[in-house]
Amino acid sequence: MATVVFTQNLRRHVDVERVAANGTTVNEVLGQVFEQYPRLRGYLLDDTGAARTHIALLVDGQSITDRQGLSDPVAEDSKLFVVQALSGG
Amino acid sequence: MNLLIGTRKGLFTYTRDDQGWQAVSETFLGDPIPMLLPDRRDGTWYVAVEHGHFGTKLHRSDDQGQHWEELDAPRYPEKPDDVPDTLCPMRQIPIPWSLEKIWTLQAGGVDQPGTLWCGTIPGGLFKSTDRGASWALNRPLWDMPERAKWCGGGYDYPGIHSIELNPANADDLVLGISCGGVWRTRDGGQSWAQMAHGMFYDFNPDEPEDTPDAQDPHCVVRCAADPEQMWSQHHCGIFKWQPGESRWQRQEGIKPSAFGFAVAVHPDDPETAWFVPAVKDEWRYPVDGKLVVTRTRDGGQTFETLSGGLPQGKAYDLIYRHGLAVDDTGRTLAMGSTTGALWVSGDGGEQWELLSAHLPPIYCVRLVN
Repeated sequence: MATVVFTQNLRRHVDVERVAANGTTVNEVLGQVFEQYPRLRGYLLDDTGAARTHIALLVDGQSITDRQGLSDPVAEDSKLFVVQALSGG
Repeated sequence: MNLLIGTRKGLFTYTRDDQGWQAVSETFLGDPIPMLLPDRRDGTWYVAVEHGHFGTKLHRSDDQGQHWEELDAPRYPEKPDDVPDTLCPMRQIPIPWSLEKIWTLQAGGVDQPGTLWCGTIPGGLFKSTDRGASWALNRPLWDMPERAKWCGGGYDYPGIHSIELNPANADDLVLGISCGGVWRTRDGGQSWAQMAHGMFYDFNPDEPEDTPDAQDPHCVVRCAADPEQMWSQHHCGIFKWQPGESRWQRQEGIKPSAFGFAVAVHPDDPETAWFVPAVKDEWRYPVDGKLVVTRTRDGGQTFETLSGGLPQGKAYDLIYRHGLAVDDTGRTLAMGSTTGALWVSGDGGEQWELLSAHLPPIYCVRLVN
């Protein structure tokens, strides 16, 4: 199973830090996570299913390339890291 | 009476008792609150919470802000493959089927408990019939071919910022859209008609005569007691809609400026309305650094300049479109600025009291008994 690790900044909205999930693509892995944490979907993806503009998704340290369809491959022992840019004003 | 303030850095509430106005609470500190709705029908409070990275969310309180519950925010449906993209006429890029911003929230009729309306960027109108637990996009409006003429006004995409119900007939709604004109339904949203005829831009000498779908009404309000009478603070002036007419009429000769964003109308007297002028177009600060409110009490024939209690020099407060509110009596007003200053008036705007000069930039104020 892949391991999905979430940024700490997300935890004040949805209490999730580290989850194991099955899937061969980012879309499949996140889809399984969303079954367990349905509220999480809207925090990471926009209504079209694309990664939100300031959300970064890294598979084994590499940013994914398909931010619209989330088709980047995920291996059995991959680590998917979900992090966001920080800005303020 | 409660005063709710949505700011760049959270939700703030005040209440008025025998001692006057008192600050009560600060919630969602640090998070932008672009819109809020105290529902007079059942006492529920709703707020939109805008997390820059994580999207716009919706929260509800059943105990006047002591506890909050996150709801599912309005969500656009998946765009069918056989539906072509609608391109922004300014930039020729597709308008996304995705929530960018909750720009306004409005309660349904008194005979529609739990019904809410939500206006969004990029231009979708949503309806809930279960106190915000679920939402559906109004397809008749979204599917109008005229939507291809709408464009962003200050934002990348067009948006609905005004939803005005007829209190006597909740199927009769009027929308203000920047920039998409003024739309009206008389059948609860099954069909829509453009009604921005008469509005115009005065900075383009080559402007065609009638371009309702391109108009930028910054804010639209209806008089509760006489909902056929409406006011709009438009990008190019103050416009009035009168019963029996088919065109908006611009009011002329308004000092110190007819530019602004906010408008409030007296709930019982359609002839009385308040505006907050600023230097046009892109400068947007009080004329000569003097913050004033303009008020008409004769349907726009004359406008008074009200300055009692307001800073008359070195003031650069701008009042956004949702930053001015009037209560059910028409006597109490509240006003919040981009500089984080908050004023109230108990006499219809003659005299203003500064409650705070140090709040975060204010997006939205609402008064509720």
